[in-house]
Amino acid sequence: MPGSRNPAMLSVRNLVKTYRTGDRALDDVSFDVAAGQVVGLIGPSGAGKSSLIRCVNRLVEPSGGSVHLGELDITALSSAELRRARRRIGMIFQEYALVERLSVMENVLSGRLGYVPFWRSCTRRYPERDVAQAFALLERVGLAEHADKRADALSGGQRQRVGIARALEQDPELLLVDEPTASLDPKTSRQIMRLIVEVCAERRLPAIINIHDVVLARRFTERLIGLRAGRVVFDGPPDAIDESVLTTIYGDEDWTTMDGPANAVADGASGDGDDGDDGVAPVAAAT
Amino acid sequence: MSDVAARPTPPTRWTRPPVLIRRRWLRRTLATLAVLYLIAAISTVEVNWTRVAEGLERGWRFVQGFLAPDFVTRWNDIRQGLIESLTMTLTATVAGVLLSVPIGVGAARNLAPAPVYLVCRAIVAVSRSLQEIIVAILFVAMFGFGPFAGFLTLAFATIGFLAKLLAEAIEDIDEAQAEAVRATGASWLQLVNYAVQPQVMPRLAGLCLYRLDINFRESAVIGIVGAGGIGATLNTAIDRYEFDSAGAILLIIIVIVMLAEYTSGIVRKAFS
Repeated sequence: MPGSRNPAMLSVRNLVKTYRTGDRALDDVSFDVAAGQVVGLIGPSGAGKSSLIRCVNRLVEPSGGSVHLGELDITALSSAELRRARRRIGMIFQEYALVERLSVMENVLSGRLGYVPFWRSCTRRYPERDVAQAFALLERVGLAEHADKRADALSGGQRQRVGIARALEQDPELLLVDEPTASLDPKTSRQIMRLIVEVCAERRLPAIINIHDVVLARRFTERLIGLRAGRVVFDGPPDAIDESVLTTIYGDEDWTTMDGPANAVADGASGDGDDGDDGVAPVAAAT
Repeated sequence: MSDVAARPTPPTRWTRPPVLIRRRWLRRTLATLAVLYLIAAISTVEVNWTRVAEGLERGWRFVQGFLAPDFVTRWNDIRQGLIESLTMTLTATVAGVLLSVPIGVGAARNLAPAPVYLVCRAIVAVSRSLQEIIVAILFVAMFGFGPFAGFLTLAFATIGFLAKLLAEAIEDIDEAQAEAVRATGASWLQLVNYAVQPQVMPRLAGLCLYRLDINFRESAVIGIVGAGGIGATLNTAIDRYEFDSAGAILLIIIVIVMLAEYTSGIVRKAFS
């Protein structure tokens, strides 16, 4: 493993997840993610998006099917092997999931936990290489001067940047991103999405981005997978998403106003004018 | 707007639906029965008023002693008792905390596997079900009079208190933070160190200080059954009807507990 740094390809086959309550969250889900590909995972609440990306690193234990990261069958690993596999998979969370009471630097360095022995992590004496990389990543996400602040002293957007740095500190071969913009304003959401997509491009990192905002998903990903009631109901390029596809994924709704409100709000806030698909004027009031 | 006007006028009266019992007759019957039982129960309490009158006088002497405390006459005994109590309190709290932390972690459902969880919960249950005085009597019988029995009693009682509350604090942590640390490939110890410890540390610090002052107060009580410390001195003073010395001892206990309260506030603030 340490020798070849060929970015892994993810392969999910016939994945099933049934919770103890009997809820079938995932039903025969199969797809592949090629090296460097950024995939958006969309679908209504409760469709199983969150369960799906958690089955990939087994934060949620799949009930059936398999997940392969390169040659490695993740679903067949013992718990010690699973920990070694998890270091290769970076994860970015909804609501950031930083350890609030630790400093920004400690949060970023926690990305190395799978690599360093306990005495090093406990005494915060990480190898020089790890520290240098953590500083470089903080620089990359624009938080170099905040290294020693406590994580809960940062704003939402800054916290998510720390979350991104933490995931990258793992030297991951795959990024799992769970609703990265869920509690961010439209401008910050776009900045965070842009940052994620950029770092993926820089490192040829494949990523699965679980996102409920279809407009953002369409703008920032090269492929979308639509999940409904635990099943893949769409898999294709963002331009292929039309009203009928949205109805398949989310159910009946008047989709003609889809582009309007979200873009209008985002543009009003950011004004960075990089939107090709400027929507109609605010129509939210009409619906 | 015109829409709304066309509808029938909305009701103007609204009462909160009953929370617990929906049927009105059942609710009223139960309330009446409860009141009747309370009256019946109070009427069975026998009060010997002549005894109360005598006792009041004795109590008044006690209060007088309290108002005119005598720190001087028995100062040597008081000083020795205090030193014993403070030593016993501090050592017992430290030992108790050191033992409680692993037991508390083991008694947290979200961290420990089922067998460990059950064993740790059992330890906590045993420690909590035995009141300090009973434990003190047992240890005095086993190890003889003196502060060593007191030390063991307080350390034992600390486990039940601290391990239980620590386990609850651990079970209440924000799981998202733990999940994020787990996702990095962290080991169990690293998970505890990075995701759990930062979240429970302020609470743990507060609980330790709180237990320190409980232990000091308890040291006064268990002294009465022979476990040494200021309690033994207090007991002797009361036995000799030296209420002025007893008052002095009580005042010292109050001051020390207040000091502990005050410093614990400062320390807790520093930890949050």
